[in-house]
Amino acid sequence: MTLAHPDDELSLVDLLDRLLAGGVVLTGEVTISLAEVDLVHVSLRALISSVSTLAVGPDPGEGDGA
Amino acid sequence: MSLVWVYAVRDGDADDPPAVSGVDGERPRVVAAGTLGAVVGTVADEGFDEAGLAAAMEDLARLEALARAHHAVVVEAGSAGAVAPVRLATVFRDDEAVVAMLRERADEFEAALDRVRGRREWGVKVYADTRAGGDDSPAPAPGDRPGTAYLLRRKADRDRGAAGRERARAVAESVADAAGTHAVDVRRFALQDARLSGRNEEMVLNATFLVDETQEAEFRAAVTGAGDGATVELTGPWPPFSFATADPP
Repeated sequence: MTLAHPDDELSLVDLLDRLLAGGVVLTGEVTISLAEVDLVHVSLRALISSVSTLAVGPDPGEGDGA
Repeated sequence: MSLVWVYAVRDGDADDPPAVSGVDGERPRVVAAGTLGAVVGTVADEGFDEAGLAAAMEDLARLEALARAHHAVVVEAGSAGAVAPVRLATVFRDDEAVVAMLRERADEFEAALDRVRGRREWGVKVYADTRAGGDDSPAPAPGDRPGTAYLLRRKADRDRGAAGRERARAVAESVADAAGTHAVDVRRFALQDARLSGRNEEMVLNATFLVDETQEAEFRAAVTGAGDGATVELTGPWPPFSFATADPP
């Protein structure tokens, strides 16, 4: 697989951030729910559910309660 | 038999379909209804039916090809005016179904187009070394008590780590604030795994902003001037994928 380098062309992961989460959601007859797709491909899983640390919340045990 | 892939909805009639190839190599066209035009492409049912799309979503090469083609058509579709991108992998049976959808959701599309008209999406990512502490003085090390020295060193490392993360968080928020000053809306994405960026630094902000075209110069200046030593990466302009819906996706 080839991951685009940010400096050459649009990085695939930036593209997927927008294309898999954005856009108007329409219920076409053949529309699939991306949420229901079983993302078995390890690299793909890494792409789509990129690890989130700072944005999601404090690290466990950091005592940074809201 | 064929199916109809929907790329985007925009103002206007069937004139000037985007002059780039679509997801199935097809030439996109426009299906119009009322004041709206859906930019669509005729695709083979094989590979684009439910099973085919589900399989494509698990095949990185196919997903990438679909994503890049979808994006390219949406960019072209929006080159002359407001465009409301449609979520990747939205397929209808035929043009009549697309027309019915356009009529049924006309108000929603008009609102979406009004929201993004004259505006573009810009991505802002910030990378910082979350381990770096400001104080890199060596840990206190009483030579005759190696156990204590070890524990003190561990504690100092831990403190530096927490301070580094806190500082990175603050830098991320300062960039987000600077960008937000010149933007009309913002969405945050999950932070991307360091394995994907190929950087040593950790991503601490992955946000995307809807910016008025009249504010772009100020926005760009604010973003590139912020960050205080962290690496700030600006991407765009993007079609307003992340702002086609009223609420965060």
